[in-house]
Amino acid sequence: MSALTIRNLRKTYANGVEALKGIDLNVEKGDFFALLGPNGAGKSTTIGVISSLVNKTAGEVSIFGHSLDTQRSLAKKRIGVVPQEFNFNQFEKVFDIVVTQAGFYGIPAPLARERAEKYLRQLGLWDKRDKPSRTLSGGMKRRLMIARALVHEPDLLILDEPTAGVDIELRRSMWDFLTALNEQGKTIILTTHYLEEAESLCRRIAIIDHGTIVENTSMKALLEKLQVETFILDLARPVTAAPQLPGFEVALKDATTLEVAVPKTQSLNTLFVALAEQDFEVMSMRNKANRLEELFVRLVEQNLPAEQGGQRA
Amino acid sequence: MTWREQWVAFATIVVKEIRRFTRIWPQTLLPPAITMTLYFVIFGNLIGHRIGDMGGFDYMQYIVPGLIMMSVIQNSYGNVVSSFFSTKFQHSIEEMLVSPMPAHVILTGYVVGGMVRGMLVGLIVSLLSLFFTHLSMHHLGITVLVVTMTAALFALGGFINATFANKFDDISIIPTFVLTPLTYLGGVFYSIDLLPDFWRALTLVNPIVYMVNAFRYGVLGVSDVNVYASLGAIAIFVVVFYLFSLWLLQRGTGIRH
Repeated sequence: MSALTIRNLRKTYANGVEALKGIDLNVEKGDFFALLGPNGAGKSTTIGVISSLVNKTAGEVSIFGHSLDTQRSLAKKRIGVVPQEFNFNQFEKVFDIVVTQAGFYGIPAPLARERAEKYLRQLGLWDKRDKPSRTLSGGMKRRLMIARALVHEPDLLILDEPTAGVDIELRRSMWDFLTALNEQGKTIILTTHYLEEAESLCRRIAIIDHGTIVENTSMKALLEKLQVETFILDLARPVTAAPQLPGFEVALKDATTLEVAVPKTQSLNTLFVALAEQDFEVMSMRNKANRLEELFVRLVEQNLPAEQGGQRA
Repeated sequence: MTWREQWVAFATIVVKEIRRFTRIWPQTLLPPAITMTLYFVIFGNLIGHRIGDMGGFDYMQYIVPGLIMMSVIQNSYGNVVSSFFSTKFQHSIEEMLVSPMPAHVILTGYVVGGMVRGMLVGLIVSLLSLFFTHLSMHHLGITVLVVTMTAALFALGGFINATFANKFDDISIIPTFVLTPLTYLGGVFYSIDLLPDFWRALTLVNPIVYMVNAFRYGVLGVSDVNVYASLGAIAIFVVVFYLFSLWLLQRGTGIRH
């Protein structure tokens, strides 16, 4: 069953900007889905339409088979939204924000308080329940928005840049929390600028650019399209020139650092054998950028088809 | 949403609104109490003795209903315009827009929240007035009906103002340049029968005249205008303002792109 179905969604703003040019998207129940794209590509507009914060110009949106046009209430009960910007009353107490949100969904106060406690505890905010929300740190505010989005226990959770500006430790704990939610059966749609986040969490991915979907596939299938991976090699001894390695593109970044582009057709064993023959000793190795990032740059910034993703021009 | 869920959602907004204006009581409940006490002292006691009777009552008794009504008007309007605009400004309105609440629940919740503050301030001012004069009750039903409908009307006015407002200046323009002059010229401090014919006729265009006089009739039993016509006019305005507000909210004016 589809958790989210979008058909020919269009949005033209009053100033004439065409933010969405007829996008189609299908997210299956239980998916962990990444919606990626550069700034201004149409991600937030898409989420705005799904969450009823933006009026669409044309098209259809259904949540678990309920049309947003004709079964609005049923559709909205199934979605929880964590927006990019903090959008709660800065003067309200943490506990009140979550309980009030439950009330907006018609959840009676005793159950609302019970659920608020459950999610505030899960997100490590229970100790802050009586604090005005403006006194929370940025990471805590993000977690508060997640607790608020979960209080009516939606089946589809949409998160717009949930880990923007949070430290690495907290980001990883949020990844664990979202993974656990997904394993419990919640469908999750995520937008993020951290491509490592999308690659490690999401099973499916859509890339949106200039208001159109340029890629919509499984993460595995997309990464298989990567034709070239670039590695950084740290050498044991300084060298004055890059080695000549047939089948590889090698650049000397500094006296002890090589940047090597490895085509999909070549193995890393071949690379190391060739380096060893020329007396280059490698101490460590890492990806220059994560694999999804290489594809993303190729698809969006250089406007090339995914099949050429990662190939050097 | 079921009717029960809608009721819970409506009650949530009303409780949120009451919690808001009671949390900031030095900004919401205290100022009208102080201002109206000053009116009672200056216009009622100090100047009022020199003015003498008006409409068959001493001046203090005459102006008290108008001052109560002025408090109700200003506070029911002020509560909704500032609260709803703040939710727009802080984007916390999105909490309601993503929820399944129908527009009429959101609107009615805010309006009732504004009415509660308006009528609570009206009650505080009424109690304070007892320190200065004796208040009778000529017709309880009309008094309650007028104050309820007036509070609803101005709460709706505040909602419409907040919907169109883009900055904080926009929520003070109407209260400063429209509401205050109309209230002061709306027969709060004098009987419009004292005015020359031209100014009396002009004053009758002011809708607040009808609310103040209908309320004064409920309390004192005197009015410069027909009370039942006033009640009918207020009721029609409430319905028109409600439908217009609902239309604005449903189409997302000022709140959805």
